[in-house]
Amino acid sequence: METNQKKDSQWKVWEVFVQSKTGASFTHCGSVHAPDKEMATQYARDLYTRRSEGRSIWVLPAEDIVATQPTEAASLFDPADDKIYRHPQFYKFPKGIHM
Amino acid sequence: MDKNQHALFNYCLRLGDNSLILGQRITEWCSHAPILEEDIALANLALDLIGQAREFLTYAGEIEKKGRAEDDLAFLRDANEFRNALLVEQPNGDFAHTIVRQYLFSVFNYHLLTELGKGKDSTLAAIAVKSLKECTYHVRHSGEWILRMGDGTEESKRRLFNAFEDLWMYTAELFDTDESDDLLVKKGIAVDMKTIHPLWLETIKAHLDKISFPLPSNHYLVQGIKKGKHSEHLGHILAEMQFLPRAYPGTKW
Amino acid sequence: METLEKKSVAEDPILEEAFMTRLLNGEKIEPKEWMPENYRKQLTRMMSQHAHSEVIGMQPEANWITRAPSLLRKVILLAKIQDEGGHGLYLYGSTETLGTDRSELIEQLHEGKAKYSSVFNYPTLNWADIGAIGWLVDGAAIVNQTMLAKTSYGPYSRAMLRICKEEGFHNRQGYDLMIAMMRGTKEQQEMAQDAMNRWWWPALMMFGPHDKNSSNTIELMKYRIKLESNDDLRQQFIDRTIPQAEIIGLTIPDPNLKFNKETGHYETSDINWDEFFNVIRGKGPCNKQRMHNHIQAHEEGKWVREAAEAYASKHKQL
Repeated sequence: METNQKKDSQWKVWEVFVQSKTGASFTHCGSVHAPDKEMATQYARDLYTRRSEGRSIWVLPAEDIVATQPTEAASLFDPADDKIYRHPQFYKFPKGIHM
Repeated sequence: MDKNQHALFNYCLRLGDNSLILGQRITEWCSHAPILEEDIALANLALDLIGQAREFLTYAGEIEKKGRAEDDLAFLRDANEFRNALLVEQPNGDFAHTIVRQYLFSVFNYHLLTELGKGKDSTLAAIAVKSLKECTYHVRHSGEWILRMGDGTEESKRRLFNAFEDLWMYTAELFDTDESDDLLVKKGIAVDMKTIHPLWLETIKAHLDKISFPLPSNHYLVQGIKKGKHSEHLGHILAEMQFLPRAYPGTKW
Repeated sequence: METLEKKSVAEDPILEEAFMTRLLNGEKIEPKEWMPENYRKQLTRMMSQHAHSEVIGMQPEANWITRAPSLLRKVILLAKIQDEGGHGLYLYGSTETLGTDRSELIEQLHEGKAKYSSVFNYPTLNWADIGAIGWLVDGAAIVNQTMLAKTSYGPYSRAMLRICKEEGFHNRQGYDLMIAMMRGTKEQQEMAQDAMNRWWWPALMMFGPHDKNSSNTIELMKYRIKLESNDDLRQQFIDRTIPQAEIIGLTIPDPNLKFNKETGHYETSDINWDEFFNVIRGKGPCNKQRMHNHIQAHEEGKWVREAAEAYASKHKQL
């Protein structure tokens, strides 16, 4: 048969982000396999909103996700730790003043 | 039941039985779909259809006023009392057959439910409005698969072509009517099949045109089979589906 | 920045020590971070086995979907089987983050290199089996999965959290079905007891061999993939399930069953380990049938998957 020669494909992987209600952030909830955008959207809907979890869905190819490495974490994220003046609690005012 | 109630009862059975039998067929795919994602998608489809069947059959029972609930109607009627169309009882065949059957039916149901939602019977209209949302998705899902098979590989084109050839003959019967339908159409309750038949054909034609896929042509069409005549398949569907309530009458599950 | 594909050196005592410290601190490990090769291997084995179990587990229940005795029971069962398929997907997805793609995982299953839970190699013979599976098999699974939600691998833990949330209804619908049967006719009660007799022992076997005979458990616990031992989890299941059986009038098929007031635990006969290992080795009543069905669906679906890919490559904008 013509079909038996090619290696099996389970289609490519898409990451799924669901917005649970209007105005909320889109939250990553997992992945689906699909041949293209339209089917990825449908399968994401079929899989991740079975219990009314969603109002809107984003899908994007998993291969396009870029991640930082834990080895980089110190140089990337630690420098933010001493910038305490970015937080409102840093600023103290005399009693009786309301901001 | 007077003549009007009887007509409405029959009409509800027709709607409910279509959804029930097609839903039952789709459940046969459970754990056998071409890919796991599609297994989930097909299960959603069947859940929608059986859910619709429950509402239509419950309403049928209320109209009949003999105390029959959805399960009495689903499990304790024989084949000759079922009012579903021949199309929905056809076997699943390969995935192309299942999708073509689904697409032909869903487009039909889409136009039917759209009109029914505007009808004068408020219960039927409410069920139709709710079901239409589900049906819209069924048209989308099966329609997208039609495109993929019709413009995919040589094998998928051949299989899709065969499926259309095999199933097209059952489509005319979807639009068959009898005197009781005419009665309900006049009262603004039932949908006039003459108005939705051309819409159905246009939708399908426009969709297949996107991939230059031919409509089956010059085909022998089965007609006039309503009123309880079925293919040999329905008896087997029911034998399986109704086994427990039949083997243990009066039992609560 | 390092590329994602580069997994760093697989064996590195310094990295390994740092890794073990992270585990001890209760940190979760994420996919693209360094991990010992053995951790990756153990996880892939365990998670893919878990995924395959969810998927193969659809079959014994699907066996009754066309014969469910009421429309409500039919949609409940279908929604439940669909969830199992969904859980298979979550777990395949999590396993793939370790670097093995799903087609390879399925190939391993078909070649007999990957296992699935032996409990699904038993047949569903009467309608009460559907209740017994939800109540006992899912009940046992939940004990295991609640523990796994705290596992050290981030994607596995997140998948388990989602699964545990969804499984809540599986166990309940099973018990609800058993209650209906026990409140019903004599024939229904007999079906329920028959199902109980056939599923009790396989459910206990789901937790695996005794700790002393489980080669994997020590390593899995060292890596904090598993946090509790097979025997402890099994005991939790036994203690919570026996009162549920008794209250609806079902008899546990174990003549030696007794409650130890001092320990506060039930004591049971030992599991028939010959049967256990036989079924694992492929000699259960349904091993062949389950694999045959899976392979058949996979092969029959091949042209469909190929058609969709062919279409996608022709219509790139999709």
